[in-house]
Amino acid sequence: MATLTLRNIKKVYGDVEVIQDLSLDIEDREFVVLVGPSGCGKSTLLRMIAGLEEISAGDLSIDGERVNELPPDRRGLAMVFQSYALYPHMTVADNMAFALRLAGVSREERMAKVGEAAKILHLEPLLDRKPRALSGGQRQRVAIGRAIVREPRVFLFDEPLSNLDAALRVQMRIEIARLHNSLDATMIYVTHDQVEAMTMADKIVVMNAGHIEQVGSPLDLYHHPESLFVAGFIGSPKMNFIEAKIVSVGGDGTTVALSDGTEVTVPVSGGGLSPGDAVTLGVRPEDLNAVVEDQATGADLAGRVVVAERLGGETFLYTEVLGDQTLNLKGPGAMTYRVNDAIRLRIDGATCHLFRDDGKALPRLARNPMADLDAEPAVPGAAG
Amino acid sequence: MPTSQRHKLMMTLLGWVVAFLVFFPVLWMFLTSFKTELDAVSGTPNLFFEPTLENYAAVQERADYFRFAMNSIIISFGSTILALLFAVPAAYAMAFFPGKRTRGTLLWMLSTKMLPPVGVLVPVYLIFRDLRLLDSHMGLVIVFALMNLPIIVWMLFTFFKEVPKDILEAGRMDGASPRQELRFILIPLSVPGIASTGLLSVILAWNEAFWSLNLTTVAAAPLTVFIASFSSPEGLFWAKLSAASTMAIAPILIFGWLSQKQLVRGLTFGAVK
Repeated sequence: MATLTLRNIKKVYGDVEVIQDLSLDIEDREFVVLVGPSGCGKSTLLRMIAGLEEISAGDLSIDGERVNELPPDRRGLAMVFQSYALYPHMTVADNMAFALRLAGVSREERMAKVGEAAKILHLEPLLDRKPRALSGGQRQRVAIGRAIVREPRVFLFDEPLSNLDAALRVQMRIEIARLHNSLDATMIYVTHDQVEAMTMADKIVVMNAGHIEQVGSPLDLYHHPESLFVAGFIGSPKMNFIEAKIVSVGGDGTTVALSDGTEVTVPVSGGGLSPGDAVTLGVRPEDLNAVVEDQATGADLAGRVVVAERLGGETFLYTEVLGDQTLNLKGPGAMTYRVNDAIRLRIDGATCHLFRDDGKALPRLARNPMADLDAEPAVPGAAG
Repeated sequence: MPTSQRHKLMMTLLGWVVAFLVFFPVLWMFLTSFKTELDAVSGTPNLFFEPTLENYAAVQERADYFRFAMNSIIISFGSTILALLFAVPAAYAMAFFPGKRTRGTLLWMLSTKMLPPVGVLVPVYLIFRDLRLLDSHMGLVIVFALMNLPIIVWMLFTFFKEVPKDILEAGRMDGASPRQELRFILIPLSVPGIASTGLLSVILAWNEAFWSLNLTTVAAAPLTVFIASFSSPEGLFWAKLSAASTMAIAPILIFGWLSQKQLVRGLTFGAVK
């Protein structure tokens, strides 16, 4: 149970600024996911919070107390590493009890706490085994158990699921989410996988090249991305981007024209732009529709299917329109388009996004109701 | 015969020949130690002779073998323990908290091995005389520890580099002080590496002759001094010298044989995880 405050945090290696002047507030019991591409500084930031990396400048406070200079164990944090980092020469029980042993806790109390954590994580039959005799998923649970036993104020997770196979990853994702509900703890979770971020987070922090691009709830980021980067990073498959030019700016939206003259009106404010200015139109694959021939109008884009990926329940079509522009479309599993088929695509302006040429999004005229669904902080027990 | 099989046979044969060539002098020394002095110097090498133990009796009569052997044991193990006490923390710091000059320091340490020891013999001798360390166990323990320190630090450094950093960081998160990190995590994980390093250090110290000949006379003299005393100006007594040499290498040979498994494990540590 803790709040974290990061104020003007910087990390410098030699001449390289890995983290640039970063500020962030993390509420009590919040599940915060730091997400971004490799090298964006998210792991470095987590390690600075943990105390494993020095903070070059700025203040890190936990529950109002500045902890920049405190060693890791005095910050009341526990960390789960990507590689699990279990002690190979100790049994599962000893691994989990190690911190308590160092703290001088009596043997009975140690065993009681380990037993409690083992019960939560279904590790009881494995307590006497060495890590090498465990599967990847079991090792991960031991690593989490080692964190639980310490009863930390904040849990830190550094890409904990990236070494697991896809099925286990889904299962552990659910277990960690459930753990968050039952432990009432603040959790900070680093990942490069936007699906993990979307499914687990109360609050997502999208990082790029050492700074924060945007902070918000998963659906807030999905419906109201503030930049081209966030729009491209959140959502799978990736949002389509099409070059366009402003035609007119009005009270009910901004109208743009694509290179073939197709006009689309997007419900965003003009943001001071004037007709002729270059912008980028963003359309999510799930918002793009294929139109059957007899319902087609002049406002549709004609193209050709390049690749069709059928997942059974849904189909991804990669199409070529407007010359060499690739647009991805996500449709139902029953779609019958095949490679090289002609296709007509309709862009629904209401679901589109517009970005200025500096990458900033033009603000939407109205908030998407879904974006505020999770705005209230999770009430303990309510979802459990 | 398929070529791959013939190749294998040739390599095996070659292996045996090389092994025999390397081992032959030791075998010859061993055989000679059971010959009479007359047989030993005879011009025609002779594999068949009447074995005798008279050389061993003569050697033991002239010099107390067990005292020399005890000195060798004390000095080689003592110096190894002393060197490890310094090398483990040094290698830990270099492997896990490298600075700008860590690489340079390691190379510099190794470069000290390039210095001919005779270059510092006089100063070391004078210092030892003033400190009353001449002909003492402590004196040789210090010299041998310093002599082997660069190699020991290098070997431990390489072994420690194999230990994933995450594991030590997990220890730090769990509240381990640097000393506890060493004691509970790093050392238990590096036992094979530390053991093979220690073994090598013991063997190097056991074989060392230059410093032991120059810094000891009787009280602390190890087996190398014992052997040297048999190549005396009165002439070479091949059979007795062979007997003395056999006795000098026997303990370390047996020790090496017993710990061979540990040594191989240490030298291939990290190859398979």
